[in-house]
Amino acid sequence: MNGVHDLGGMHGFGPVIREPNEPVFHSEWEKRMFAMTLTAMGRRVCNVDEFRRAIERMPPAGYLATSYYEKWLYAVESLLVEKGVATREEIASGHAAAPVSAKATGSLDAGGGRVESFDNSAVKLRFNKSFKPGFRVGDRVVARNLNPEHHTRLPRYARGKRGVIRYDQGVFVFPDTHAHGQGTKPQHVYTVAFEARELWGADHDQRAQVYVDCWEAYLERARIAAKPAVKSAAKTAGKAVSKTKTSPAKFAAKGHAAKPAAKSTSRSRAAVKKGRKR
Amino acid sequence: MSDGHDHHDGHDHHNAPLSEPAQRVKALEQLLVEKGLVNPQALDELIDTYERSVGPRNGARVVARAWTDPEYRKRLFDNAAQAIEELGFPPGPQGEHMMVVENTPRVHNLVVCTLCSCYPWSVLGLPPVWYKSTAYRASAVNDPRGLLKGFGVDLGDKEVRVWDSSSEMRYLVMPERPAGTESLSEEELADLVTRDSMIGTGLPKSPAQRARASRAAK
Repeated sequence: MNGVHDLGGMHGFGPVIREPNEPVFHSEWEKRMFAMTLTAMGRRVCNVDEFRRAIERMPPAGYLATSYYEKWLYAVESLLVEKGVATREEIASGHAAAPVSAKATGSLDAGGGRVESFDNSAVKLRFNKSFKPGFRVGDRVVARNLNPEHHTRLPRYARGKRGVIRYDQGVFVFPDTHAHGQGTKPQHVYTVAFEARELWGADHDQRAQVYVDCWEAYLERARIAAKPAVKSAAKTAGKAVSKTKTSPAKFAAKGHAAKPAAKSTSRSRAAVKKGRKR
Repeated sequence: MSDGHDHHDGHDHHNAPLSEPAQRVKALEQLLVEKGLVNPQALDELIDTYERSVGPRNGARVVARAWTDPEYRKRLFDNAAQAIEELGFPPGPQGEHMMVVENTPRVHNLVVCTLCSCYPWSVLGLPPVWYKSTAYRASAVNDPRGLLKGFGVDLGDKEVRVWDSSSEMRYLVMPERPAGTESLSEEELADLVTRDSMIGTGLPKSPAQRARASRAAK
């Protein structure tokens, strides 16, 4: 969803304002809202992707004008209605007109103070099962130019941009479907490094990158060399570009092709540091 | 719930059922209790946990241990959530899938969530308001160097790497160990590790800053 929540790269929000003493909560209702959301919603009413989607559905002006926990309040109220747990009238009055149906929430348990969250809810977000990855660390990829009306976690600023896979983070539930009751569609999540100049233009910071976690469905292989030799990627990239019309020379020329692939998919920082062109 | 906040909150509410948030939250809790979905005591305990036990001191202890114990450091980079749990901090919400990213003399890391406000609760507690603000979320990916100047961190031409927490992975920055700290204990080192240094918007305190702070406290 191309919503106002997708803030990366927008201008005009002014400097970051820091509070002097930074309390954890600013009022009693924030505390209650926080705790109710974690306990009641997480285990019984919705999953974390549905919750994020519910916040993103706020009308844009309201989104920008409300505080963090007011957004939670909006999301919880709307999800209770959507899931058939409560009616608008019940929410307005604060009194239950009918008991909650087991169908709406699954089996209930009082909680007993255990800290539970969306992440511990019925659906696990990361899978231990090994799914075959479509990409490997070091692969050059393009974030697809997707503009779905549904929930997605691919930020707008990365769409259509080229990057390099730095880490394979394992297999996770796919938020785009999970937020809409369309299944978990588990797939690999990759941390993709995008050069700031690729994202924001050639006049941008030459020594900055943005690392974005991308589900496999968000990515496609960059069409440069079909399989560039690891060590001579920088040299061969020029030739590769001449072979394919779809790869702007800029991409190969400005360092994207200059990074050798890390040898393994492990999270070895050393491998990444060595692989980075200075 | 008469905390005062409900009377002078000047927000412009346009969305459907809009009374003040405090009233709505009060009604909501009452309703969820009646529906058997919420246990008020469980809420109290959860709030207490996040006000008292879970906070950046957890992360500081993780960093200090990694600075002093190479074996621990290795485990932390191999499986962060597990290594963090070793120190007695259970993964809990927003801490199950963790990765630690290391600052070096050449690379500085900065963490943001442009799409919402994802943050590693288990090691840093709940995020400060500025981390959740539109200004931070908008500018961190586009002008990290300029943003950091506003936080008093001048990177010079050091490389900067911004981690946008778009998935369920949560990132903790391991700052560089300050110079002149060879003789400090793990506990003393943890005192140098600020919350912001683990988000990437700050640097650890120097031993001299720590000494000044502790004199001021006395």
